This record gives sequence, C-alpha cells and structure tokens, in this order.
Amino acid sequence: MVRIVGIDLGTTNSLVAYMADGHPHIVPGRNERTMVPSVVAMTDNGLIVGDPAREHLTRSPERTVYSVKRFMGKGLEDVQSELAYFPYQLTEQGGVIRIKLGEKTYSPPQISAMILKELKQRAEAHLGESITRAVITVPAYFNDSQRQATKDAGMIAGLDVLRIINEPTAASLAYGLQRKTQGTITVYDLGGGTFDISILKLKNGIFEVLATNGDTHLGGDDFDRQIADLFVREILEQQGLDLTAYPDHMQAVRLEAERTKIRLSDELKITATLDLPEGKGRYSRELTRDQLESLTRKLIERTLEPCRLALKDAALTSNDIDEVVLVGGSTRMPLVRQLVQALFGKEPHCELNPDEVVALGAAVQADILSGGTTDLLLLDVTPLSLGIETMGGVMSSLIRRNTTIPASAKEMFTTYVDGQTGVDIHILQGERELVKDNRSLARFRLKVPPLPAGVPRIEVTFLIDANGILNVSARDVRTGDTQSLAVKPSYGLKDDEVERMIGESYKFAADDLKARQLIEARTEADAILMATEKALKQGAHLVGEEDLSSIRTTITAVEAAKSGEDHKAIRAKMADLEKATHHLAEVLMDNSLKEALENKKLSEFSDV
Amino acid sequence: MDHHTHSTAAPRELQMARSMCWHCQSEVAGEYFCDRCVKVQPVSKEVDYFTCMSLPRRLTIDQRQLETKFYELSRAFHPDFYQNKSTAEQTISLGNSALLNTAYRTLRDPIERAEYLIGLEAGSVKEIRNSPPADLFEEILELQDTLNEYRATDCTSETKSTVLAKLQAERELLEQRQRDMEAALQQLFIQWDRLQDRAEATDQARAERSRILKQMRENLSNRTYVKNIVSDLASTIG
Ligand SMILES: Nc1ncnc2c1ncn2[C@@H]1O[C@H](COP(=O)(O)OP(=O)(O)OP(=O)(O)O)[C@@H](O)[C@H]1O
Ligand SMILES: [Mg+2]
Repeated sequence: MVRIVGIDLGTTNSLVAYMADGHPHIVPGRNERTMVPSVVAMTDNGLIVGDPAREHLTRSPERTVYSVKRFMGKGLEDVQSELAYFPYQLTEQGGVIRIKLGEKTYSPPQISAMILKELKQRAEAHLGESITRAVITVPAYFNDSQRQATKDAGMIAGLDVLRIINEPTAASLAYGLQRKTQGTITVYDLGGGTFDISILKLKNGIFEVLATNGDTHLGGDDFDRQIADLFVREILEQQGLDLTAYPDHMQAVRLEAERTKIRLSDELKITATLDLPEGKGRYSRELTRDQLESLTRKLIERTLEPCRLALKDAALTSNDIDEVVLVGGSTRMPLVRQLVQALFGKEPHCELNPDEVVALGAAVQADILSGGTTDLLLLDVTPLSLGIETMGGVMSSLIRRNTTIPASAKEMFTTYVDGQTGVDIHILQGERELVKDNRSLARFRLKVPPLPAGVPRIEVTFLIDANGILNVSARDVRTGDTQSLAVKPSYGLKDDEVERMIGESYKFAADDLKARQLIEARTEADAILMATEKALKQGAHLVGEEDLSSIRTTITAVEAAKSGEDHKAIRAKMADLEKATHHLAEVLMDNSLKEALENKKLSEFSDV
Repeated sequence: MDHHTHSTAAPRELQMARSMCWHCQSEVAGEYFCDRCVKVQPVSKEVDYFTCMSLPRRLTIDQRQLETKFYELSRAFHPDFYQNKSTAEQTISLGNSALLNTAYRTLRDPIERAEYLIGLEAGSVKEIRNSPPADLFEEILELQDTLNEYRATDCTSETKSTVLAKLQAERELLEQRQRDMEAALQQLFIQWDRLQDRAEATDQARAERSRILKQMRENLSNRTYVKNIVSDLASTIG
C-alpha cells in the first residue's frame, strides 16, 4: 500500500504528517519548524512558498498572497467587504475569484496547490519516497463549493485526495487516540481564518459526530484587523498620515498587530512600534491585554452562538459534555479560554499542541484509509442542510444539517406541460427558508422524454459522500435508464479548467526540481549580495584595495551567474564571494566586538 | 426549477430480489457478505429499517441495541474500509452506508420511528396538515391575531409588552399541549406493541389495529402542527 499523508491546509499555517509505529508524526522542515506559513510570493526569480515567501509580505505586498483559504469556493461579491484589507488584486472569472500576480491570474485552488506542493516535497525529502496520495482537512463548516475547491487544489498539486476530513474531527482522532477518551467531547477550533465547533461521542473506537457548527469567516485574522485598524486610525489622527496608501506599510501594520496580539497572550502589556513612511519617524504605542480584549470581545463572543446551536442540535446541554478540547492558534488567547470555560462550565483541555493536532489527526485518518489502523472509525456529519429550489423561490430541504454522512435522498420529478423535455434543478445549501438567503451550489437540467404532462418520472439521487461532497445521479423510473448529468457549479472551477490547471502544473513539475534549485540559489545569492553591500558600506575603509577589487569582481561574477540558468554555477560564484569577503567579515567582526566592548565599558562606567 | 413532486412514501417499487452474489454468482447465504467470496452485498431496497437493524417491528425499541447494531454495521459498510477495493465494492459500500445512516436516524427518534412504521403498515403519514386540529381551532385563530398585532405594534409602545406577555403564556400552553400529545402517543405506542406481540389474526384484532393506526396518524399530524406553531412563535418572540 502506497503511503497516504495527512495535510492541514490552514489559513495561516499548513502542516503535513504521516503515521509510523502506530503514532502520527509531523514532517519537520529544514530548520525544524513544523509549520509552513500559507504564503505564496511571486518574485522576480519565480514563485516561492512558506517562510521565505513571508519575508515578501512587506517587500512586495501586491505579489504576495496570504490567507488564500478565505477565498476558496468563493465569488468576488462574497468578499467585497474585506477587499480593502488585501494588497493583491482580485478579479473574478466564471464565478471563481482570481488573484493577479504579475502578468497572470491564479485561482485560489492554484495558489493552495503551491502550498500543497511545498508540503508534498517536504514529505518526500523527509521520507525518501514519492508522495502521491493525501487526506486534506477543511473547516467542518465548509460548504460543498469550498470542499470541492480544496479537492481541486490537491489534484492541481498532483495529489490524489483520498479524503477531505473536517478539522475538529481530525483533532478529535489525534486526541482520542492519545488519551483513550470515552464519552462526549467538544472540539472548539479557532484558527487564523475559521471557527468550528464539533460535538462527538467517543465509544469503543467509534468517533461519532453528533453536531457541528461554525463560522468560516472568523479567526485570528479578524482580531489582527481590529488592532491594525486602531493603529492606522491613530497614525492618521496624530500624524495626518494615511497609511492605507502604502501597501507595504499596511502589511507591516498587520504583522505588528499579530505580533502584539500573540505576545499579549502571555503578557499584560506590550509596546508596538512601526516605522512610518515620508520621514514621519516611528509610531509606538502601548497596548494592554485589557485593551486587546475590549477590541476583540465581540468577535470572540460570536463563537458562542454556534456552540449553543451545536449543543441544541445534539440535544445536549453543557452538563453532558465530558471534555472540551481546544484547537487552533487563537485558542491561546486567555479571553477565548475564559469564555469557553464559562460556557461549558469546565476547564478546557489543551495539552496537545493546538497547532499540530489537526495534521496529526489527518495522518491517523490516512492510516485508517490505507488499512493500517482498523479499530478506529470516524462517522462525520454534513454541516449544512442541502435542498433544491421550489416554486416561489423557497428552498425545499432534502438532507438536514448534522445528518451522518454518507447520506442520500431521492426526489421524483415530473412535468407539468405536455411534451416538456427538460426540468431545471437548482441545488442549494443553507438553513434559511428563501433561496436567495442560501448558498447556490450548482444547477443542472434534467432531460425528460417528450410525453404528456405528469407521465415522466425521473428519480434524482442526491448523495453526500464521506468527504461531505455532493454527487447527483438521475434515473428514468419508467425505462430504468440512468442519465449522466452535466452539473454546473455556481462557485467552482469547471472540470476542463481543473484539467488544464493540472496539465500546466505537470508541465511545471517536469522542470520543477531544476527550477526550484535555481530559484533557491538565486534567492540566496540575492541575500549574500545584499549582505556584502552592507558590509562594504560599513567597512570598506578597514580593508586594502586588493581585497576590495577582488570582492568587486566576484560580485560581478555572482550577478552574471545569477542571470544564467545553472544553479551550480551560481553556488560556485557564491562560494567565491564568501572567500573574497572573508577578510572583510573578520575585520568587521573585530571592529564590532571592539565597539561592543567599548560600549560596555562606557555603560559600566555610567552605572557606577 | 420547474416542477417536482415529493416522494416521501417508502419506495414501493419492486427491485429484482437479490438471490445471487453480484461477484461470484453463488447463492448468498450470509446476511451482508457473500459466504463464498466474502464480497460485500448491496442491502436490498425491500429490507425495512427494523429488519436492517435486527430489531422487531415495534414502537418501543432498545436504544442500546440499536446503537450497537449501528456501530457494528458501520464498521462493516463504511467507505473508509473500502479504499483498496474495486469500484463496484466502493459503490456498494457507499450505498449501504447511506441507507444504514438513514435507518439509524429514523429509528432513533420516536416520532420518526412511528411515522416510518405507520408508513410501512398503511402508507405515508407525512401529509402535513394545514388547518388546525378541531379542538385547537379557536385557540390558533386567536393566536394568529395576537401574533399579527405583535408584529404591527412598534417596539417602544406599552401594548407591545402586554401582547408579548400574552404570547409567552400562549406559548407555554401550546408547549404543554405538545407534551400531552406526546404522552398520549406514547400510550398508543404501547397499545400497538402489545397488540403486535399477541399476533392475533381475529377480525377484532384487525379492527383494533386499524383503529390505533388511525389514531396515531391523527395524533402525529396534530403534534407536528402544534410543534411548527410553537417554533414559529419562538422565532418571532425569541
Ligand atoms: N499565542 C497566541 N495568542 C493569540 N493568537 C495566536 C497565538 N499563537 C497563534 N495565534 C494566532 O493563531 C492563528 C493561527 O492559528 P492556526 O495555525 O491554528 O490557524 P490555521 O490552521 O492556519 O487557520 P484555520 O484553521 O482557520 O484555517 C493566527 O491568527 C495567529 O495569530
Ligand atoms: Mg487550523
């Protein structure tokens, strides 16, 4: 059996995990960091992903994509209200958001595919084998379009996505496996962009989800915005400077807001500082935990209503919950813990690393699918009611929310007019009565043989599979013939579009390794060149003319190699440059040591 | 969307009785797996949910037994365990799991269970009534008026709180009514089960059975009506 990995494709961070010796393990990165920031940057040297891409957030904000998960399975009008927060340009084509990077536009699944490829390569490097199959997690409250988009991303990345599973349920698998828990547990998952609540019954290896609820547009990103908005407002008031006109500074504000928020989980006050453009110096401001809490309390309280609804749907009260498990980076905020504890009346568990537990659970599910783990079984539910449009713009529900999946419903269709040859069907997801208040999933036209009105009988089966994804099939009851349906998604890539993107991605994959090595060599060469320039500025006067001219010629050689296509040549010239700057580096080091010593003496002196 | 009709009645159409293994064509002796080639077999559409769950066709059931059977069959059918199998087996696993989930959901809930059983015994009960039950007629009409009055008065006015109090009292009354109906249903369920246990084939027993069926059916649709009114009321006054 070919190995299947588990992937947590997060709004902020993504991870990949695998199973070995009956336990899930996270694949570490080169610097032992397990998380890959979900950031993709288009640089002059090509596309880069993860930590190196993060550095481009402030350098080239208009070409650096973060939080792309918020756009999965969405149209432009869905995100209209927050467009101002994103420095990159968004457009729409065929009901799907497109992100403009340089000359080309990319769909969110394509961007996500780049993150997935990075994880795939990590796993391949770590495990020393080719990885082609994966389980990918999604927020439990993701609708059909968002799930489908995630599956598309996997396919574009060259992964066979064997299962889409819900993040909180994945977490419960890892948690249950480790603690051998039985009883009723609640998983509260608040990440960078989404909030989920799931209530499960754990019994003899069966993990049965009783109810789930959530908000796919609520997370740490939103807390950061509250703080960032405050900074921007104050800078405008105090300095008359409108930072929104400076995309690079807006990104710096966002990052400083996040940093401040994170530190305030451990400390009671923090000073945030920002360099301002236009020679306006620095902005610095103290923020207390109390202030942060009053900025974010409303948002955090918004998570409580889904919790109550889930309890109600599970026909339970908070007293029936044996354990509360916290998942996601944002659950490190003291106010989150406090409110969750108040709602459920018990101290939440957080002994598992909330960043890693989802990926670990995905690896456990992968092992179940590959037949390694046989004693565990996850029975999940569909988060939203599924229905079709009926006369008067009303939704008629076919499969209720919180129904265990796989789930199916059959519906019989006929005609009202003699000789009518088609029936149009509009599929929806949501809890509201009117079609316009629910999410349109897809439309298709049922072919009907021309007969007197009422005579045709076409039975349509709506089946939600174990991924929470809808499959539709139709059968003529009179003839027994099945008919293939061309279902047109309202907010998704068309099949041929996905095909094309997979094709493109394969084409790239062929030169991928070479391209990657080249990009990496170029990026590192840039860094060395920059460092050398800086060193020259500080210490050119400290070394001889001979050294200087040898440094200058090697710089030119590195630059020449950089514009070529051979990564080995670049690395060779980089090595030369390192040799040439050796002396300069030493001198600078001595000098700074000396300075440091002198400073120290001075400060000791002044202390006395 | 153009037109569609609901098909809530249990599928009555006859499917070819399953007598052979789809894979090795041997006579299937096992319940869900072929005795010879051990391949999973599609659960026949004719099997009712009680049979599927190995439960007697009764209105009072052993919930634990139901759950145990559900978990056991989930382990047998769930798509997770068919990842390495043929497409045909995967399709069967998916169909069986979906059916199993529906069966479990239906039998777990006493009202749905009763509606399903009545459907099996005497055809669908799911016709939703749109006029109030006779003994509630006056009360419901008055309630509609009060509700309209509530919606029409503006939030600040004093009458609003008076009307609200009236509605709340009405709601409690209706909720009590719903509980009473459920208790009455419970009694009918017990009567029905006893009758079935005796399994008499006399004319008198037959008449008794159809009387109870009719009464259950009546009570169920009245209860649904009241329940919908209560939840409407709840969503209006919060
Ligand atoms: N100590 C902390 N205090 C407060 N917030 C934190 C802390 N550590 C991380 N976060 C926040 O947690 C979020 C990231 O969490 P996580 O990695 O679980 O999200 P994700 O899985 O990428 O997102 P999602 O699950 O919503 O798709 C970020 O918003 C980050 O700022
Ligand atoms: Mg997450």
